[in-house]
This record gives sequence, C-alpha cells and structure tokens, in this order.
Amino acid sequence: MSDLTEASAAELIDHVEAGTVAPEEIWDVYRGAAAADDLNAFLWVAEGDVPAFSRDAPLAGVPLAVKDLFCTEGVPSAAASRILADYRPPYTATVVERLVAAGAPMLGKTNMDEFAMGSSNENSGFGAVLNPWDRGRVPGGSSGGSAAAVAAGSAPWAIGTDTGGSIRQPAALCGIVGLKPTYGSVSRYGMIAFASSLDQAGPLTRDVTDAALLLRHMVGRDKCDSTSTGHPSEIELPSAERLDGVRFGVPPELTGDGLEPGVRAVYEQALKRIEELGGAVQEVALPHSGHAIAAYYVIAPAEASANLARFDGVRYGHRTAESDTLLSLYEQTREEGFGPEVKRRIMLGTYALSSGYYDAYYGSAQRVRTKIADDFRSAFESVDLIVTPTSPTVAFGLGERTDDPLAMYLSDVLTVPMSLAGIPAISIPGGLSEGLPVGIQLAGPAFSENRILDAAYALELATAFDGSRARA
Amino acid sequence: MIDREQVLHVARLARLRLTEAEIEAMTGELSSVLEHIEKIGELQLDDVAPTSHVVELENVLRPDEPRPSLPREKALAEAPDSDGVGFRVPSPGA
Repeated sequence: MSDLTEASAAELIDHVEAGTVAPEEIWDVYRGAAAADDLNAFLWVAEGDVPAFSRDAPLAGVPLAVKDLFCTEGVPSAAASRILADYRPPYTATVVERLVAAGAPMLGKTNMDEFAMGSSNENSGFGAVLNPWDRGRVPGGSSGGSAAAVAAGSAPWAIGTDTGGSIRQPAALCGIVGLKPTYGSVSRYGMIAFASSLDQAGPLTRDVTDAALLLRHMVGRDKCDSTSTGHPSEIELPSAERLDGVRFGVPPELTGDGLEPGVRAVYEQALKRIEELGGAVQEVALPHSGHAIAAYYVIAPAEASANLARFDGVRYGHRTAESDTLLSLYEQTREEGFGPEVKRRIMLGTYALSSGYYDAYYGSAQRVRTKIADDFRSAFESVDLIVTPTSPTVAFGLGERTDDPLAMYLSDVLTVPMSLAGIPAISIPGGLSEGLPVGIQLAGPAFSENRILDAAYALELATAFDGSRARA
Repeated sequence: MIDREQVLHVARLARLRLTEAEIEAMTGELSSVLEHIEKIGELQLDDVAPTSHVVELENVLRPDEPRPSLPREKALAEAPDSDGVGFRVPSPGA
C-alpha cells in the first residue's frame, strides 16, 4: 500500500490477513505519526517496536489510541489533570485489556478535558487540542484528543468516553464517527469516574464499519463492574445499503431555533438522503428534552463531587508542599491540583447535594431524568430511530466560550438527553458548513446498536463524506 | 442566587481552598448556572419516581472466598509519602 494512513482500520486488517502489509509496518507508520502530532492530541506515545500480540487476533495489530481517562498499568493515566500528573496506575481498565487482547496494541494516550469535564478540550491540564480542520478552533470535548488524532490520521482508531456527549460531539466537530453505547454494555472498570450513572466508553473511528468492529470487542459483562450488563447480541458489521421501512423521528424540541443555519442545511440534506434511501421521516415529540441540560448539570456534578473526593493527596497523585494539618493537606492539594472547571463542578455538585438543597436539586433532577427516559420510550413506539444534528454549531474558536460556563454547557444540548436515558447514539459526518464538519446523530432504544450501525452505514454510503483534508 | 458566604461554606464541605479571585468568579458563575437549573421548577414532578440508574439491576455478590489483593508495595508505589507500611500524612491536628 502506498499510504497506510489513507486506509480504514478494517482495510488495514484485510491487508494484514492477505499478507500485503505487515503489522510492524502499520505500527511504525502510526507510531511516527503520533509522535509527530502537532495538535497536542497525545499526552503519551508508545516507544519502540509493536508490543507482542497474538497473530491470529481479530484486530490484527492495528494500533489504538486510548483516552487518558482509562487506567493503563505502568503508563501515565492522568485524566488530563494536574492532580494526577505522572500517575501510573497498578492495573489496566477492562475495556483496554479486552482490546489489546483482541489485537489492538496501545499506540498512545490522548488529551481530553480534565476528568472529562468540558465540550472543547480547553479544560485539559496539559493544554488545549487543536482541530485539524482549522487550528484556530476547538476539536470538541471531552474526548477531543481521540477525535483529533483519528481525524488527522495520527491514529487509525481510538476509544473515548461519553457522559453527556463527550464521544459524539468531538466526533462531529472533527468529521469522524463516534458511538456512545447503551449504558452498561461496556465495562467501566478502570475508567477514572466522572458521573458513574452516565459514563460509558465507546469508539471514535474513521467510518461506521470501524466503529462496529471496535465496539464488538469492547462490549461484555465484567465482574469488576456490577453495573455492566454486556450486550444481548453480537455486534455485527453493518451492511445495509437501503433504509426501506425504517422510521426516523425528528424531534422539534431539539431541531428548532437553536441550530446554526449551516448545521440546519446539512441536517435537512441528511433527512432528504434518508428519504431517498427509502426511510420514512416523521415528527416525534420529546417534550422534556428542553430540561435535559438543567437536570444533567445537577446529576453529573453531584456524582462528580462524590467521585472526585478520592483525590486528596494521600495515596497517589499530587500532594501540596504547604500543609501542616490533614485538613489543610486536603484543601491545599485540591486547590493546586484541580483546574477551574473541575472546581466549578465540584462546587455545583456539593451545593446540590448539601443539606436543605438535596430534594430541590438532586431529587427533582432525577425525576426529570425519568420523564426524559419515558419520552424516548414513547417515541420509540412510533419510530425506529431518532435523528438530530449532533451539535447545534460547527467547531467554535479557541477561547470563544471559556468565559461563559453556561454557554459551554449548552453545546451539549443535543447529546445530553440520550445520555440521561442511557440509550445508544452515533454521530456520523453529514457534510460541511463553511469548510467545517457537521455531525448527524442517530439514536435508538437500549441495545439497538446493530440497528443504529446499519442505518448509519447506509447513510454514510450515500453521504460519501471526504475527510482527507483533515489529514493533509 | 448564591452569595459569598454560601460559596465559602460549600468550598469547606468540598475540601477546596479557593483563592479570593476564585471565590469572586465562582459566585457569579454558579449563580448563572443555578438560574438555568431553576427551569426544572416549571415542571410538575410530584407523582414522578426518581431515576438514579437507567439499568434495572440486581445486586451482584461474589463468593466470599479469600483471594490475593493488591500487594502492599504496589499499593504504596505511587504514594506521595510513605513509611513503607502505610501512607504518611500530617497530624489531623486540633
């Protein structure tokens, strides 16, 4: 092959199996590309030769970029936080272990918003990531490094995590595919926890087939994660070329005034393509989705404030040099180690859970969550999938939203409802608006990943999106 | 919506020592986010059950059998300060 970085991961596997490319060659090309990355997408890149893997492993040695949120034994795992700078965990996350065992050796650890809190990657403790389509813009977040690396061709594929949109939104802003699986299908063991009832790992890939292939080896029940359920059916490689008989729901609550005109145009084009492929497009109501952000920004910070209590400077990570009592050690370590957004979320969550406010905030938010899940359940009685844009805007400028936390939070308005309901959703490129990628989101009922992947594949074929400019 | 005193109280609960500038910024930023969250009050939620988790699961128990745990030296390897047996911290003080 002339240029390995122009092939998809599935194509690379075919080449390895046909004997036309050696895994060592793929490793060297991508290790070189990752080491030469100038988008700040990587926080750590593997050195030396390709790590040993089983020669009959299904992923054939195609290397994997791993979000810094995953614990990897002996390899820096900081969740892009200064409080965990240089931390090397004593164990590896289950999902990473599974993928490595399936033949995807770890290429590097990717940059992200600190503890996955952010929608732009500007909250990293190790500097922002640049969008390969326009280096003056953000790649989205929180899995911004994984998205930028795959889009730029410095990784064949990557894994990230999605709590309120952290896989789908950066995939959309970087012009690649990102899938958030049904909550529970992938083990969270060894993922540095942000909001435990929402966090879910998933693939970021160049196309839908690669997403299916990677997801197939991620799902599974894990005795180390009591909330993991595995997947009821094997993840199939998608093959649909038509959408005959598939009913697509358009929720007016999520596709109204808030969309940028260029995003709307690409979205309408996608709806037209769906109809041309034989799919039926109809309106469907999600009446409580307008309250999803409000509920999310109670639930996620509340869970985060509890999860992040463990970072106290006692057992691992940063410890302040200036403390004389145990309390001042905690307070000063956390003041020095956490960035502004993480502090804001801890404060918000602690406030929402504090005596006198618990029912008004956390209790009510959990009730909204029930309503949102019910909305989706009713919607899926009349449609098979819901289709929206992934993000109301294209990639925004670096620094543009950092002074206004609420404006940043509203970036997730189209992805948060699915997270609260725990249902799977994919973002695929739908086209360009003023030269920047626009993502189309397809969501389905719990465990409908095969249906989503098939529809996304048919739409992907018809769209024929060209992402090569980001790799130039 | 949230004043300086409340910010200081919550920071104490969260074991965060904020700088003067952070206290100032936090007061305004948290207020604007809380104002958005107040939207929840528009909804009638009295007869709605709360959702803490989307997956219906029963608790999972493993057999109560002894098994090896993380070796002490591995557990202490990343400690900022250790005496080789445990994690060393300053006195809890008065």
